[in-house]
Amino acid sequence: MTNDATSHVGLSVQEADFDVGAEIAALSASRRDVGAVASFVGLVRDLNEGSGVSAMTLEHYPGMTEKALDEIIQQAWQRWSLLGVRVIHRVGRLEPADRIVFVGVASAHRGEAFAACEFIMDYLKTRAPFWKREETPSGARWVDARESDDSAAARWQ
Amino acid sequence: MKVKVLYFASLREAVGTSGEELVLPDEVTTVGALRAYLAARGEGWQALAVGRNVRAAVNQRMMGADGAVAVGDEVAFFPPVTGG
Repeated sequence: MTNDATSHVGLSVQEADFDVGAEIAALSASRRDVGAVASFVGLVRDLNEGSGVSAMTLEHYPGMTEKALDEIIQQAWQRWSLLGVRVIHRVGRLEPADRIVFVGVASAHRGEAFAACEFIMDYLKTRAPFWKREETPSGARWVDARESDDSAAARWQ
Repeated sequence: MKVKVLYFASLREAVGTSGEELVLPDEVTTVGALRAYLAARGEGWQALAVGRNVRAAVNQRMMGADGAVAVGDEVAFFPPVTGG
């Protein structure tokens, strides 16, 4: 294998926001073999399950969350021919329009970048220990897991 | 057998604590047995009862009901994940 996964993989769980442009640029900075960078940004919406959402708080399991994300990235790295992966997930209190998650994947061609980006998001949704608690006009509530997320992850098996 | 048990999200609220050090009876050696043992504590702890939608991790790896629990392990219980 010519790619060394450890030197081109970045993973952060943080309260701070991130700069999407800078993250995308970093995936191909000072290299000439990257032909494609695919990225995904997840945002807080002001509506969920029919009620308004004024804010949400993201809880995680320090230690396990990072391990689970690393394992997902390693699986993507083995499955596709990738040149770089960057995953950032925010925790703490977020408001509508705030960024929650960034996944960026670099490869030689678009097919692998698109597929790996979607795979990482689908697995993150069902395997990485994060929990959302929403603030709505009728009080705070924990977000329920969706079956559609399970079926999205299952199609990669 | 001494273990560390952690609770997250709605489960933490249901049981009223984020974690504890526990000395388990000899017969509690699996995730499923530990859930049943904890659920027997009473009201809020019923959230851990077998049949409830609870995920478990042992030493930060997801485990099913038959996953082994050994001395010194860190066992965590939480609802299905909702990140991303």
